[in-house]
Amino acid sequence: MPEGTIILQLFDGLTRYDENQEIKPAIAESWQISTDGLIYTFKLRDAKWGNGEPIKAQDFVFSWLRVLAPETASEYAYQLFYVKGAEDYNSGKGKKEDVAIKAIDDKTLQVTLEKPTPQFLGLTAFYTLFPVYEKSVQDNDNWFTDPAKYIGNGPFKMVSWEHNQKIVLEKNPNYWDAAKVRLNKLEIYLIDSVDTGFNMFKTGQLDFQEEVPVQEITAMRESKELQIAPDTSIYFYRFNVTRKPFDDVRVRKALAMAIDRKQLTDNVLMAGEKPAFAFVPFGFKDEGGKDFRQTSGNLFEENLTEAKKLLAEAGYPEGKGFPKAAILFNTSENHMKIAEAIQQMWKNNLGIEVSLESTEWQVYMDREESGDYDIARAAWTPDYLDPMSFIDLFVTDGGNNYTGWGKAAYDALVDEANSTSDQKIRMEAMRKAEMILMDEMPVMPIYFYTNANLIKESAKKVIVPPFGVFADFKYAYVE
Amino acid sequence: MSENSYTFLIMLILSICFYIFMFIDVSRKGDSQMGYFLRRALTSLLALWLIVTITFTIMHLIPGGPFASEKKLPDAILRNLEQRYHLNDPLYKQYAGYLINLLQGDLGPSFKYENRTVNSIIREGFPVSAALGSLAIVLSLSAGILAGTVSALRQKRWQDYTVMTMATFGFSIPSFILAGLLMYVFAYKLRVLPSALWGAWQQAVLPTLALAALPTAFIARLVRSSMLEVLRLDYIRTARAKGLSESNIILRHALPNAILPVVTYSGPLIAAILTGSFVVEFIFAIPGLGRWFVQSITNRDYTVILGVTIFYSAFLMLMNLIVDLIYIAIDPRIKLFDSKEV
Repeated sequence: MPEGTIILQLFDGLTRYDENQEIKPAIAESWQISTDGLIYTFKLRDAKWGNGEPIKAQDFVFSWLRVLAPETASEYAYQLFYVKGAEDYNSGKGKKEDVAIKAIDDKTLQVTLEKPTPQFLGLTAFYTLFPVYEKSVQDNDNWFTDPAKYIGNGPFKMVSWEHNQKIVLEKNPNYWDAAKVRLNKLEIYLIDSVDTGFNMFKTGQLDFQEEVPVQEITAMRESKELQIAPDTSIYFYRFNVTRKPFDDVRVRKALAMAIDRKQLTDNVLMAGEKPAFAFVPFGFKDEGGKDFRQTSGNLFEENLTEAKKLLAEAGYPEGKGFPKAAILFNTSENHMKIAEAIQQMWKNNLGIEVSLESTEWQVYMDREESGDYDIARAAWTPDYLDPMSFIDLFVTDGGNNYTGWGKAAYDALVDEANSTSDQKIRMEAMRKAEMILMDEMPVMPIYFYTNANLIKESAKKVIVPPFGVFADFKYAYVE
Repeated sequence: MSENSYTFLIMLILSICFYIFMFIDVSRKGDSQMGYFLRRALTSLLALWLIVTITFTIMHLIPGGPFASEKKLPDAILRNLEQRYHLNDPLYKQYAGYLINLLQGDLGPSFKYENRTVNSIIREGFPVSAALGSLAIVLSLSAGILAGTVSALRQKRWQDYTVMTMATFGFSIPSFILAGLLMYVFAYKLRVLPSALWGAWQQAVLPTLALAALPTAFIARLVRSSMLEVLRLDYIRTARAKGLSESNIILRHALPNAILPVVTYSGPLIAAILTGSFVVEFIFAIPGLGRWFVQSITNRDYTVILGVTIFYSAFLMLMNLIVDLIYIAIDPRIKLFDSKEV
């Protein structure tokens, strides 16, 4: 997501991720969270806009209300729905005045949440919640495509923007933390083809490239220029539980148990991906500050004998009589390779035949949403660094569920986790919920993504945050 | 059938009827020059209307939409977006609204790229595509005609075989492979030319070659066979008998007749260059109009799909008209309208 990278250089939020992926104060120098976890009070530092004007708490009030205003029609408005009154205002049911975002004075911002939501703090480092400069938004509709009018508050400022070619950034002398910014100039090229970018990187025209051509990863493996960072996303298959034979949990489990994930990650994907034996990826902290995935462990295992037994119990011994089924995915070389491998594994291991159905991206989304599939490829990237961003997908009739699966006990656990700020209770509820999910297997985890970037050895301290594919050049420098 | 499908059907039938009607009318013989151009302009406009209607129909019939995403948006947000871009209006209203704006030259905003209008996308992208396209056309015409002529004059000798072998390659290697190959050899291995981007003349070399390869090959073959035919004609023999120099015969007498098929081909040539540029622009990261044509469809960016289609169609129609005019200028045997002198 190049836009994420660019916005991150031009703006600073209340908080910002540092090189250790920890949330650190940025425009807010400190904050207090009330004991019930509902009221956040941010104390702003003396930071300035790119033109030297002070950044006030009112700027955040303006910016957040702008995101929420129905006429702005922001696709990301939902990231502020945790704030009291926000969703009602956005959907036209409530008033702007009732949104609980207040400027107590120029330097104090107070936000009241609907429910205790610990992930809210992390969201203030995401670009939806960055402040925008009120006058440039109001004066000029094209402010964000016109470099001269683009006033930010981040480590860099925009000097020029040639559409679909390049954006030139320069260090912003008015940035509050300008002393730590070491690059004077940053050129960002906007290139559609990842192969072309790779060619430019190899011929020394680029120091950093987001994304690596799949076919080059093996060749680059030994190179210090290939940087593989963990990523908090999962690749999985959905089962349509409203269709036979996937309405039978034994069939779903048998299918999930009968593939060899390690063979997929080692021989098909080859970019250091991890086989997934649960739904929540690595990279989320639990109540004790440890990794949620590590402490919860694997929730199922590959087991051919058990898989065959389950399939026989479901009425398809040795795969006999298994109904016609297809794997749906959007046209892409990678999805095709994975689907072919899985198709082969199911055939060899269980004796069942599935066909492959590759469709155009929008057709695929449409069919997935309307439940017009047997098995569908899917992926999920979190909106914030908390397991909840994965767990709440599968509440009954959830907007992104699409499997037709639902269970009251699961919904109750999600509710329980969402109505307390006690991390221990939250994490425990989410662990139990994930166990139910993996026991029912409406979705079959396949692997956890990695985030591969190319970086010249002379380029240092480019931060790649663990979620969302973008990079931060605040501390970067070239030796 | 839903109400929308009926709307589509009626719109479609209406515009097709008008088009056929105009077409029958225009094929009348014996036009005056003025009348010819007037009619041609009118049919073009009607054809454009038909194109808008068909594109509009198909675009709304295929699944998906500009705001579909793997992460489903909350209903309220989707409603706000649809409200903002009038996507919640009935389709006939959207269609009428679009036509009204179109008549005023306003192609609307992009749905996917906030605060960019289709007009500005075309204004920025087309000059780049046109520059690249012109270079490729000039190259393919000059290289193609030269190679074809040489090949015909040296028929069944090594020059002929070389040209024809190269033409076969040029004809059968798809531009995306050629583009990758050129980039690999000249930018990556030899490092004599930049691998991508647009602005300096060096950056135009590889994309021009990639784009011109196919039409050059085609033109070379075309000119070769038509030159061979012309050289066998009586008037060439007469010229030779009169003792004219060989270069005089070729350049003044044979070539003008031999390149007539090339003129006929220039309409499809321009179309080929335009469509070829989609791939070449993508590979060489050139900020032309081609990428928008492809991307807007994946994005279901309705206004961009329509705007770019209309623009390309209008452009092609204009080019075809120019080609027709060139045709009558160089070949007195062809007439499009009754000249006043007659």
